[in-house]
Amino acid sequence: MADVLKRVPVREQDPKVRATNFEEVCYGYNKEEAVEESQRCLGCKKPKCVEGCPVSINIPAFIEAVKEEKFDEAFKVISESSSLPAVCGRVCPQESQCEGKCIRGIKGDPVSIGKLERFVADWARENGIKPEAPAEKNGKKVAVIGSGPAGLTCAGDLAKLGYDVTIFEALHKAGGVLVYGIPEFRLPKDRVVGPEVENVKSLGVKIETDVIIGKTVKLDELLEDEGFDAVFIGSGAGLPKFMGIPGEQANGVCSANEFLTRNNLMKAFDENYDTPIVRGKKVVVVGGGNVAMDAARTALRLGAETHIVYRRSEEELPARVEEVHHAKEEGIIFDLLTNPVEIHEDENGWVSGITCIRMELGEPDASGRRRPVEIPGSEFRIDCDTVIMALGTSPNPLISSTTKGLEINRRKCIVASEDTGATSKEGVYAGGDAVTGAATVILAMGAGKAAAKGIHEYLSQK
Amino acid sequence: MFKILEAEQLSANVYKQVILAPRVAKSCEPGQFIIVRVDETGERIPLTICDYDREAGTVTIVFQPIGVSTYKLVALKAGDEIADFVGPLGHPSELVTGDFEEVKKKKIVFIAGGVGTAPVYPQAKWLHEHGIECDIIVGARTKDLLILEDEMSKVGNLHLCTDDGSYGFKGVGTAMLEKLVEEGKHFDLCVAIGPMIMMKFACLTTKKLGIPTVVSMNPIMVDGTGMCGACRIMVGDEVKFACVDGPEFDGHKIDFDQAMKRAAMYKTEEGRRLLKYQEGATHHGGCGNCGGDK
Repeated sequence: MADVLKRVPVREQDPKVRATNFEEVCYGYNKEEAVEESQRCLGCKKPKCVEGCPVSINIPAFIEAVKEEKFDEAFKVISESSSLPAVCGRVCPQESQCEGKCIRGIKGDPVSIGKLERFVADWARENGIKPEAPAEKNGKKVAVIGSGPAGLTCAGDLAKLGYDVTIFEALHKAGGVLVYGIPEFRLPKDRVVGPEVENVKSLGVKIETDVIIGKTVKLDELLEDEGFDAVFIGSGAGLPKFMGIPGEQANGVCSANEFLTRNNLMKAFDENYDTPIVRGKKVVVVGGGNVAMDAARTALRLGAETHIVYRRSEEELPARVEEVHHAKEEGIIFDLLTNPVEIHEDENGWVSGITCIRMELGEPDASGRRRPVEIPGSEFRIDCDTVIMALGTSPNPLISSTTKGLEINRRKCIVASEDTGATSKEGVYAGGDAVTGAATVILAMGAGKAAAKGIHEYLSQK
Repeated sequence: MFKILEAEQLSANVYKQVILAPRVAKSCEPGQFIIVRVDETGERIPLTICDYDREAGTVTIVFQPIGVSTYKLVALKAGDEIADFVGPLGHPSELVTGDFEEVKKKKIVFIAGGVGTAPVYPQAKWLHEHGIECDIIVGARTKDLLILEDEMSKVGNLHLCTDDGSYGFKGVGTAMLEKLVEEGKHFDLCVAIGPMIMMKFACLTTKKLGIPTVVSMNPIMVDGTGMCGACRIMVGDEVKFACVDGPEFDGHKIDFDQAMKRAAMYKTEEGRRLLKYQEGATHHGGCGNCGGDK
């Protein structure tokens, strides 16, 4: 018997090999490994892990089913709470959610809840098990704007309750950030995202791509002309932020959104696709979040020496620990406590380098993190041909600027109740990045779930 | 999938297609654009709207092939389908959304170059339908490259010009504008749409003449909905996103040299040679108003 304090290790692609391909990094557990890991779960009466889960999956119950090798039963338990388990098992920050609360973690490794969830979801897909569509429709129509994690979750939950749900997606492919943002090596598109979207469709949800709400159709028209009884806005994050430093308009400077969209959604890494991408020789990614890690690891796979430039220290990196660890293993160079001040252009207008300044940590700021302060005279230059800005986004104005009576806040995010998703406009609910600003897949799913409940309560009383 | 109802070659390098897209046809306005993706492996390409028919549910696009995706589009015929057709994107022209009484008072001149003639047409047509007469200068390198002459002549006072004098006035569009002003015409507003270099020179001329000028920018885009930031341009000292803030901007505030440099970002040496051979200008291309690619 293995050490009960240690989790069953998960098999991964060798860092040297994976640094040159877009295949998935983590292989996940096989049946034996999953069952072995499940034995570590203590089956707490008052499970802390469930409290840590934004969509409140009954974690001890599904793990109990795994122990008994009743994987279809385990999938059923997860499906009661989550429409996207194969996605969540891969991209949730479990260390700060379910696993962060696991009692096992006090004296050893917490139970590998994420990897178990992933195993169950993958097993269900490979064995052709789909969530069940509701027996009866209630005849009420709900429009969901955006097919990302918030929209898919909200749509799935409402469909299970018998609503007639249509998702409107602006891009040509459903999935939102799951298809344009998160790279193939973390979240395979055809193998994982596609089938999860199909599962939501198998609940009866319709998806109309190429429709931009606010442009193609106004939100008010959905309610007034197209007969929808309620609308959920899950339109996601918006315009990428730039630093406003000299040289930012040089060729070879792009946002992480652009770089990742070209590569993930438009498959620029694949020669068969028409979309071009800058394959830099030396790439600097500015930022320290998950998106920065995704951009850096993508640039690396396209053949570049890749640096992460981040103004705080390693401890403050907002990215998931696992992502930072994987990035380091693959050979990403971290220039921490470093902040760009100017981008240089060559005679053709292309990036030739970036001047950065060293930082040190001062007093804690409003976020509680120690504020980075410039060290005078410490400027130095990194030669590079590509700079990718991964600094977050500011909300997209397309819906808020074209919808009557929809309140937005100071940061131009849509104002919505955390409990119900209700906005200032009757019948209109919102959640995900459009409300919170850039956050995580699972938080968006939690918001989609809360809004589905809110919409159900609203339409039940109507 | 979106069906092509008509496909026609307008000149040596400019093509017209009528696409069945009822949702877009219902909501689009002059000045806006759409994005097409020809097939599964195609790029998302922003193209201007040349005309629309709300009842028939159709949108007319006019474009010039420059990359693989646009060449694939050219190869399609009436009855074929394209994978994606999404829009309308960007803001409608201020002529359409602005205070009508104010617009009515204005003497408006359009300067159109090459494929840029296409997005000028619905604006001039809209003005004509609302009883506002305008002047339209359409320029091309040579007679065979002029497009939409019949349509344009019905919606405004058309002034045609060719670089080589093979048709109409001999000279570039801005020379035509200067001539009109010398002859005593007064303009309160100029709308210049065409290759970037043409718009740059149009703006230099109108600045000199003191005519406020609106240009329509067509930079590199990916999603077109305000997500990727590829289309950012400097307007005055502000960064603007052409897809959600534009595509129309105050031409006197645009940094055209920088915009042209950015537009060339993905042109490989080979691509650039192809481009030079085919159109001699940027992606609008082919007007010859400007003396060729720089």
